[in-house]
Amino acid sequence: MTVIARALPALIGGLLLAAFPLVGGAFYVDLAATIMILAIFALSLELLVGHTGLVSFGHAAFFGVAAYATVLLSSKTVPPSVLWLLPAAMLVAAACALAVGALSLRTRGIYFIMVTLAFAQMAYYVFHDTRLGGGSDGIYLYVKPALAIGGVTLLDLDARLPFYYATLFALCLTYGFLLLVARSRFGHALAGIRANEQRMRAAGFATYPYKLAAFTLGGALAGVAGFLYAVKDGFVNPEILAWSQSGTVLLMVILGGVGSFRGAVIGALAFVLLKELFQSEAVFGGFTRHWQLMLGLVIIAAVALMPQGIVGLSAQWRARRRARPDVVHAD
Amino acid sequence: MPTDVLLRANEITRRFGGLKAVDNVSLDVARGEVHALIGTNGAGKSTLVNVLAGELAPTSGRVELLGHDVTQWSQPRRARAGLGRTYQRTTIFPRFTVLENCRLAAQARHQRPVALLDAAAACATTLALAHDALARAGIDALAGRMAGSLAHGQKRQLEIAMCLATAPQMLLLDEPLAGMGPEESTRMIELLAALKPGHGMLLVEHDMDAVFRIADRITVMVDGAVLATGAPQDVRDNQDVQTAYLGEALSG
Repeated sequence: MTVIARALPALIGGLLLAAFPLVGGAFYVDLAATIMILAIFALSLELLVGHTGLVSFGHAAFFGVAAYATVLLSSKTVPPSVLWLLPAAMLVAAACALAVGALSLRTRGIYFIMVTLAFAQMAYYVFHDTRLGGGSDGIYLYVKPALAIGGVTLLDLDARLPFYYATLFALCLTYGFLLLVARSRFGHALAGIRANEQRMRAAGFATYPYKLAAFTLGGALAGVAGFLYAVKDGFVNPEILAWSQSGTVLLMVILGGVGSFRGAVIGALAFVLLKELFQSEAVFGGFTRHWQLMLGLVIIAAVALMPQGIVGLSAQWRARRRARPDVVHAD
Repeated sequence: MPTDVLLRANEITRRFGGLKAVDNVSLDVARGEVHALIGTNGAGKSTLVNVLAGELAPTSGRVELLGHDVTQWSQPRRARAGLGRTYQRTTIFPRFTVLENCRLAAQARHQRPVALLDAAAACATTLALAHDALARAGIDALAGRMAGSLAHGQKRQLEIAMCLATAPQMLLLDEPLAGMGPEESTRMIELLAALKPGHGMLLVEHDMDAVFRIADRITVMVDGAVLATGAPQDVRDNQDVQTAYLGEALSG
């Protein structure tokens, strides 16, 4: 009963997303797909920030590298198969995460944040200043990947609805996989490392390989998001590896509530919707030029008023209600 | 003299810049023995424990665990080989249940990180170790409580239970009685006495009554070096110890 009750919000969310194209127009279906891609990205970072205690400020590097790999590995004439292109993009992202993690995990706290940021900036400038990926102009994905068996196309990611449902499927798979990870012995060890790494070492856990495995896994899952992003837009440029992209995904995790996978998804949803709202001329008219100012103020207010994020609101209210009689009593 | 030596420190020196925090210290602990390490604050006891546990590398000297030279071993490797430690400051996981604190510690012996489909909370091997450790520490009734909500004495007991859950043979106990009231102290001393058969214990403690009640041997450290070592009565009668430390501690 409790298992079902706990899974219920995620199930309802999944069903709503599955039914959404029935009511939403093309623009909103695309927007929902973008939100789901960013939700996968935020989930991959939540594994590091909330579940392992590794605040990475360079997570966009793995997202971006996978997006570039998707474009660079694709043929310009024949649709590449999802079956090898997605694993290849994930592998490239995971390999980068393994290398970055192996070095940056030798540092802690603020130094870890700075070193991951530095590596991500290096990746940014590799794509920005070399001809590898078209430099600062970026490159186009000419033919979108598909899934075909024996000449029969089962899934064409160039079409809106198949892409939408493929993205929803990827989100559900990522979410389910991360729930499995969190309940496994590996996940419990990560939780212990987050709570007190020194104590875990004293118990006999070599914590470095655990953190490196989590970091690599987070990179591979960010690669899923990067792959979908490249396929959706059919275009990549260096800005998707920029530090602001790393900051954005970190904000999504914080806004939703650090420490919960549900929070990462809700954070991505809230962030994109807020951004759309402040960019909407129908609502704000000419003031939309200052959408970043408004978004920034709202996020500052959200962090100040909801220290546990959106998913922590109910617990926060319950705690306040419980605290209230005590105040009366003290008077 | 004891025969079954579990832990041996051989001429350990640890410098911090110009300061010799631990100066050429040798001692050993046998199975079934409580070896107490006493000395004033800053005498180097905690530094020595950290060197023995593998958290700090010695500047020179050798550490032997169960007959192996473990000087180059990392702390997790020493822990898996049978060296458990507790901390002066409680280091439990406050937001886990008491049971999960112990189960997670036990998991260090059965890590299997790639078994992603198995639920950690249903792992029979580690649960059995955890329940056993809680029972031995006398807090099995608290298994379902959040560790952070325990009373101070119970947290210290949990700290010991987490250590026991990793099935260690040799225990490094850094001030297990710190901050405890008389009743809690008595219970903890009884717990340590009950653990004595089968384990070796190096006990760092400021509570002299407790030390003299439970220790088989005592080593006194002053300014990083060993001032005296021997049976409790010999140490108590030692004139150097009286002047340097014990006299004021006992009178004071």
